[in-house]
Amino acid sequence: MAFLQDRFKYLFGSTKGLILVAIAMISIETAIWGMLSGPMAEMGVREVVVRMLGMKLVQAEREGRIIILYHSIAMAVVAIETYMILGLLKVKPFYKTAVTALITVGYWLAMIFGMGFAYFGRNWAFHGLYITGLSLIFFAGVLLCIALWPWNKEYYVADREYAHLKSGLDLERAAFFATAVTTVLSALFGAVPGSYFGNGFETFLAENIIRLPHKTTMEYSVIGHLHIMLALICIMITLIIGRWLNFKGLMHKIAMPLMILGTIVLNLGVWGVVTPLEPIAHMIIYVGATPSMLAALLLLIWSWNKLIKDGTAHIQKPGLGDKFAALLRDPLKFGPTWQMLFMNFTTSGIGIFMAIKLDEIFRVWPAREERIELTGHWHVLSAIVATIILMYYGDMIGLKGKIRQWYGWAIIILSDIAFAAVTVFEMKRLFISEAEQQPLVNGLMYAIDFGLGSLLVLLAIVMVWRLVDLFKHKGRWSEEMGQELSQEVAK
Amino acid sequence: MRQQIFATDKRIFGWLLLAAFLLVSCAKPNLDAPIPTYETGINPNAWAQVPAGEFLFGQHESVETTEAFEMMVTDVTVSQYTAWLTEALASGAVRVGEFNGKPAIVGFYPGDKFHGVKHEERIDPGDWIFIPLDDPASRFNFDGKTFAPKPGYENHPMTNVTWFGAWAYCNTIGGRLPTEMEWEKAARGSDGRPFPWGEEITREHANFYASRDPFEDMSSFGSRTSPVGFYNGKTYDEYTTLNNASPYGIYDMAGNVWQWTGSIYEGMHYRFMRGGSKDTYEMDLRAWVRNNATPTYFSPGVGFRCVR
Repeated sequence: MAFLQDRFKYLFGSTKGLILVAIAMISIETAIWGMLSGPMAEMGVREVVVRMLGMKLVQAEREGRIIILYHSIAMAVVAIETYMILGLLKVKPFYKTAVTALITVGYWLAMIFGMGFAYFGRNWAFHGLYITGLSLIFFAGVLLCIALWPWNKEYYVADREYAHLKSGLDLERAAFFATAVTTVLSALFGAVPGSYFGNGFETFLAENIIRLPHKTTMEYSVIGHLHIMLALICIMITLIIGRWLNFKGLMHKIAMPLMILGTIVLNLGVWGVVTPLEPIAHMIIYVGATPSMLAALLLLIWSWNKLIKDGTAHIQKPGLGDKFAALLRDPLKFGPTWQMLFMNFTTSGIGIFMAIKLDEIFRVWPAREERIELTGHWHVLSAIVATIILMYYGDMIGLKGKIRQWYGWAIIILSDIAFAAVTVFEMKRLFISEAEQQPLVNGLMYAIDFGLGSLLVLLAIVMVWRLVDLFKHKGRWSEEMGQELSQEVAK
Repeated sequence: MRQQIFATDKRIFGWLLLAAFLLVSCAKPNLDAPIPTYETGINPNAWAQVPAGEFLFGQHESVETTEAFEMMVTDVTVSQYTAWLTEALASGAVRVGEFNGKPAIVGFYPGDKFHGVKHEERIDPGDWIFIPLDDPASRFNFDGKTFAPKPGYENHPMTNVTWFGAWAYCNTIGGRLPTEMEWEKAARGSDGRPFPWGEEITREHANFYASRDPFEDMSSFGSRTSPVGFYNGKTYDEYTTLNNASPYGIYDMAGNVWQWTGSIYEGMHYRFMRGGSKDTYEMDLRAWVRNNATPTYFSPGVGFRCVR
């Protein structure tokens, strides 16, 4: 009994245990549901999985199923980010316990019963429990906002190296707070149309209505919701990585106000799509996105500079090669910001290019081509967030030496091969015709499958290792039980 | 020394792998590779009756009504379209012109009302492209006067035809393109089924992406069209098909080629297509799924059929 109690305490009572559970949940879901589409479907694996697990896939419910699938994975990611925030920032113990309990129960309910409802028959009790899960996560978000309240003097900065106001108000905490508050509000922005469309299964995927000139307020709300939630998840992970790396100094002082400003304006722009501001909403979004991305760029410059300085401290006059080696010596600390930079090629760059050339190029192509570009670029963005989480997790579980190198570089290289191939796939019509595309498509698919497949194998190895570790009397888990992320922030 | 050789071998192996990958990816497929020929027994000149009445329309099944109409039992074939083109060229109804600086068959279209909505583009009265003349994926030959199907493609659906080209053909033969509503009713009848034949889809029902039909080779040219009415329950050599006729006896309303429809909507210049194609996954073969493109768009995966 004590055996189970201890493991339970680790998995659900410690930050690292909670993160491990959430990653494992996402891994399981990705492994199973990844077999229902793409090459797995082509190879006939889907039919076997559907039959074996007794899934009930009604044709008309496909869009609804996918929406629940996205949400269930997103909820686990939001939970991971929340655990990280609670582990990195000072919060009152009551809030930490309450938020952790609510969000954990919430995402489990959302994942298990959401997927149960969507893929295993329309059991309405399951649907109710799925909605209960989402509601608990929402409530956890509200409590998190209270817990992060930056005007509490206890949380004012003591070290003047960090961005702050004259009063001492911690601007980094304010940025976390602004992101949390806008996330909660933007969740409502999806909940309202979600209830409306969900009531009668009138679900739709945003990419399928993108060309219709007249959209209802509820449709705009859904489109706004999906964009802003993903953007906020990205902003939050940037803040988290900044805290983990101990982002500070002049760049921190410039970046944090930019992050706050960017987050608020970005949200106002997205919410504006359901107001008379709709015609200029995109302009507001661009205005908001710019400072947010600038802030991320400052984090990148600062962290790369720090990696180089730390790595060449022992050399009197470091050359370019020394600096380069220093930058790349720790893939887990280099990787997250590299992925942020890489994102500009696979997501932001593509998005901006599409916006500029929309009528001239992209809307000359059929809607199905545009759908590939839209879904491709946000799948890549979500996956980039996942790789950043995995790199932080690698550091969190104390990977060292060669294993740290292999793990870190494997994540960076494998994922970037896949993301680059997806990007070429999205844009292929620029340079190849439909009739001649098959060999290129095959090559790109091999690259995508190789990259993502190997990444999933790597993740599976880590998960199996952690599972085996749980059976050890004094395994790594027992050390991690008493550790907290805030103690491990870079010096 | 041995380690050095091993490291060099690994590098060479890596480069060879990359070179192989690039060669495979950049190889130009043979678009004129021989295609198996089959007689399906389905008459492309036949029309099917679709009765007036209510039916379930769209994914969320709103109840809608159509008048009675007739629809072509199959897509318009390469034989049918090329015969029409030869006549139309001789009569001056179409001419050899240019589209985007490339040779094309063009013909007159009376234009659409422009509403000035965001992203809407003008479709003015004038000559518009019907088919391109220099596209390697086209399934016909043209000697300056006469159009003829490429051997083996006579009973395949006419592809690489724009919405204007489809519109003109149907109008000339005394018909028109179906509205989206008519198309969907013809495809799924009145009982709300997602596919013309029923609830579920298998590879033997229709020609879709990687459906392993006798016409595709996913390692080179990919998916190709199948003869119209191919999926009728017959066995061709060793390949057995299931009957994909709709409740009204209309074939290929799912897969093979997207089909242009005639509906024109206020504030949009896009034209809608239905049915999915050889190039899409089966989810796009569901009867309510819509695709759209500019009316000048042509593709080896897009064809049409008419109603009257």
